[in-house]
Amino acid sequence: MTLPAPTIGARRSADAPRGWLAVLHDWVVTVDHKRLGILYVVTAIGFLVVAGLEASAIRLQLAWSNLHILSPGTFNRLFTMHGTTMVFLVGIPFVFGFGNYLVPLMIGARDLAFPRLNAFGFWILLFGGVLLHFSVIGGEGLYGAGSAPAVGWFAYAPLTERAFSPGNATDYWNLALLVTGLGTIATAVNLLVTILTMRGPGMTLGRMPVFVWEMLTISALTLIILPPLSAAQIMLMLDRFLGAHFFDTQAGASAVMWQHFFWFFGHPEVYVLALPGFGFASEIIPVFSRKVLFGYATLVMASAGIGLVGMGTWAHHMFAVGMGSPLNSAFAASTMLVGVPTGVKLFNWLGTMYGGKIRFETPMLFCTAFLFQFLCAGLTGIMLGVVPFDWQLHDSYFVVAHFHFVLIGGLIFTLFGAIYYWFPKATGRMLSERLGHWHFWLFVIGFNLTFLTMHVPGMLGMARRIYTYPAGRGWEVWNLVATLGVPFQAIAVLIVIVNVVVSVRHGVPAGDDPWDAWTLEWATSSPPPPYNFAVLPVVSSRRPLWDLKHPDDPDAPHE
Amino acid sequence: MSSAGMTEPASVNPVWRGRAGMICLLVAEGSLFAIFVVAYLFYIGKSLSGPYPKDVLELPLFNSFCLLSSSVTVAFATRALRRGRMRRSGGWFLVTLALGVVFLIGTAREWYRLIVAHGLTIATNLFGTTFYAVVGLHATHVSLGVLVLALLSVLAFSGALRPEQVERADLAAWYWHFVDGVWVVVFIVVYVVGR
Amino acid sequence: MPTPTLFSPVSTPAFAIRELAVFVLGITGAIFFLVSGVGVYVLVRFRRRKEDDGREPPQVYGSPQIELAWTVVPILIVAVLFLVTARYIYAIERREPPADALEVTVVGHQWWWEVRYPKLGIVTANELHLPVSDPEHPTPTFVTLRSADVIHSFWIPQLAGKMDTIPNKTNRVWLEPQQRGTYVGQCAEYCGGQHAGMLLVATVETRDDFARWAAAQEAPANDELQARRGRELFVSLPCSSCHTVQGTPANGVFGPDLTHLMSRSTLGAGVVRNTPDNLRLWIDDPAALKPGALMPAVKLVPEDLDRVTAYLSTLR
Repeated sequence: MTLPAPTIGARRSADAPRGWLAVLHDWVVTVDHKRLGILYVVTAIGFLVVAGLEASAIRLQLAWSNLHILSPGTFNRLFTMHGTTMVFLVGIPFVFGFGNYLVPLMIGARDLAFPRLNAFGFWILLFGGVLLHFSVIGGEGLYGAGSAPAVGWFAYAPLTERAFSPGNATDYWNLALLVTGLGTIATAVNLLVTILTMRGPGMTLGRMPVFVWEMLTISALTLIILPPLSAAQIMLMLDRFLGAHFFDTQAGASAVMWQHFFWFFGHPEVYVLALPGFGFASEIIPVFSRKVLFGYATLVMASAGIGLVGMGTWAHHMFAVGMGSPLNSAFAASTMLVGVPTGVKLFNWLGTMYGGKIRFETPMLFCTAFLFQFLCAGLTGIMLGVVPFDWQLHDSYFVVAHFHFVLIGGLIFTLFGAIYYWFPKATGRMLSERLGHWHFWLFVIGFNLTFLTMHVPGMLGMARRIYTYPAGRGWEVWNLVATLGVPFQAIAVLIVIVNVVVSVRHGVPAGDDPWDAWTLEWATSSPPPPYNFAVLPVVSSRRPLWDLKHPDDPDAPHE
Repeated sequence: MSSAGMTEPASVNPVWRGRAGMICLLVAEGSLFAIFVVAYLFYIGKSLSGPYPKDVLELPLFNSFCLLSSSVTVAFATRALRRGRMRRSGGWFLVTLALGVVFLIGTAREWYRLIVAHGLTIATNLFGTTFYAVVGLHATHVSLGVLVLALLSVLAFSGALRPEQVERADLAAWYWHFVDGVWVVVFIVVYVVGR
Repeated sequence: MPTPTLFSPVSTPAFAIRELAVFVLGITGAIFFLVSGVGVYVLVRFRRRKEDDGREPPQVYGSPQIELAWTVVPILIVAVLFLVTARYIYAIERREPPADALEVTVVGHQWWWEVRYPKLGIVTANELHLPVSDPEHPTPTFVTLRSADVIHSFWIPQLAGKMDTIPNKTNRVWLEPQQRGTYVGQCAEYCGGQHAGMLLVATVETRDDFARWAAAQEAPANDELQARRGRELFVSLPCSSCHTVQGTPANGVFGPDLTHLMSRSTLGAGVVRNTPDNLRLWIDDPAALKPGALMPAVKLVPEDLDRVTAYLSTLR
């Protein structure tokens, strides 16, 4: 149900044709959160393809023992760029892009608190991504092959010191991420301020959709944990350019200090990536089960718990460093503890589906797979928290399998669901369900073929970040199976891109509320006008549209 | 859900945007400084060779006094602004700025002495590395603050700044107070604990 | 060689880890099947039927008791897991070496392992020999771990969990192999170009065989007459500035000690088998066998290459 949109401020009518240059100009100068959200998501998809190609090359090289398709130098650059791109140029823009698009709509606001800062955040992220990839031709000067960084996405010292990484490849890693980090902090500030100060009438914190709570949590997390990464990177820059000794072990410095600083950022960072995925699930599962979220307050408190406890788990990446038994034990405890709120959320989602009438359109397909895959991811995470077990699993393919289950099985799956769910809102057209099903089944098969299998070579002693491995250790067949999952995933991603491109023009018209949903973004047109709502809606419960559709049984008395 | 339409102000959204934004920024900045301070503390006593802090560091008392009193003067400036005394506030912003500049000059002179007389640079040893990094990071923030204060005095004197905008000037003052607060921490860690 | 899996331990700490692993897998496996089972049941039982009337099902907003239960039970499981974990951490890490423990020092280099037996005066590379330990009267080996450059990680899964070698830090790990055999491992912390080429081999043998090996390692370098031309060449070339051959002027420490080169089974930290042909290829152009290896190709004319190879081949 929409309120009538006045013509004041409406766009020019569709029958006045506009040249592509004018359209491009509009997109470049935009400060509209919806357009910036779309720009973020499109950027993320672009980098997803790049990083996916890098991963495909990696899997090809590792398909059997002693292959020499890629040189060691090239392989090392590929896994560095793959990891760095996926975390900073795919995960972050996806998450903050959806946050950008949805938060104002969900809380009844017209835009983010600082629209120009918002635009700045996007463009500087894009610039950082381009800078990182420029290293491919610029890294060591144009004489050699040029080179991208080859220090791994977490760039441990002292490998990153000039003595061991000459040339400028590592500097590209450093500077590009400093730059994108600035943009991410800016966007986090923007979202935080928007949520705290610009909620519409009646929208108390306790009535916000869970997705908004997740964005609130991760924005607060980002403020606290991203500057430490920037600090460590500044220190590395001082070492590399001014001869400082922050990580110069020959001058008495500590190589482990980099790890502490990095992982103090790095671990909460994965919650920054995972929590919005939980937010997507918390929006999609209720609508497709036709039931209210089971235990809203518990879900919100669990997010806060994950954010808080998650900041105290970082050294579980360092169990093999020799921190000593007291610290090893403390971080084992916090790591296992953070699994509790995560598990609770899973139970709440199951509780939401229980007693419902579950529809398995594409968004729900992805969220269903997510539930099982994230269960697996969380449990392998607990295994890794059992320190002596970790002494065998750390830096092996078991860990690689684990975190791909978290980030793909967790974030990417719910993200695909989110794309199918909110694409109609953003464009006014539905994505093809048929293509969606192909996308889903190919991707879930390919993903599990690659990453479920991958746990095994880890448990058979295969280290990570190795460009090849010797025959006779029993690793070949598992690697081959893992590689066979690649074409499935690649085709699936191709299908969703085709789906998006075709449906933008030719998709079935969606209307305002194609899914019969309950949160505020569905109370305006698809796509929404630039000002979002002609009149800011006044809400009195967590599901404003449920109240409208069921005036005899509103939510408020039950909340 | 009704279409009554009026935005409910304070009861739902009590904090003003700008203030919330500045608090967020200061949290992020605090986190940034914290890591440099942690590195400094961790490396105390670990330099393999001299010069060592107790040999070369002198308490920058005058400098610190200037910087910390500038917090008082910037408070005078915003108070004057609130009362509509534009020229007076411009004057106090200028005094604050001047005190900040004195601090920066003092830091520069200290660095000159350390480099030329004692041969301590960022590349000398762990002390040099962590000292110049944390003091330098702070001085950078002071410099940015000085620029903002200059802008504020110009706006105040030219009449472009109006009493209704005192909230925004207040945010700049908060930033300045933060920079001073960081100096208190740096002073204690570098010149007291680490010496 | 057997697959280097944590599930085929031969050494005391590795046995302990497998024990713990099975326990943890049991618990997490049970959780997985239980929760997945509930998930599958819910998905099947509550899917929308074709004949559905379109009415919304009863809305259930939550249940404090149920939510409390499914918070408390996981906390209890976690508490148990943590207590068990802590016990194993301390049991493994707090083992003190007995007075007669064998001491080995392993120094990680880019991209090879320096292996020393300080009490026995042995210096070798990339391979360890260990005496088998009798469970009744254990004779563990304690390994001191250091690094000459960047962070590496010492990992032979069937013998123990991994431990990093970190510059400017000393770490310790202990091994107590109870079964003879050859066990493999590799560097487990990315250390640059040839991280993949830092393999490890541990030969566990009877006490007598170990003593024989140790004696041969402690002996001075072979000094056969016909290899003397090659030795003079070796000492005069840049080789001697990076490599040590005890009893000769060659005392470089940047590369592996070659005094008993031919007692090792591989070259280049596991890259190729140690045969005279491979040795010749390696000396001629290390990067051809191990791209990125830091040993330069000292371009020798074929006769000189033959002589040097012949000399090194005598260093058993």
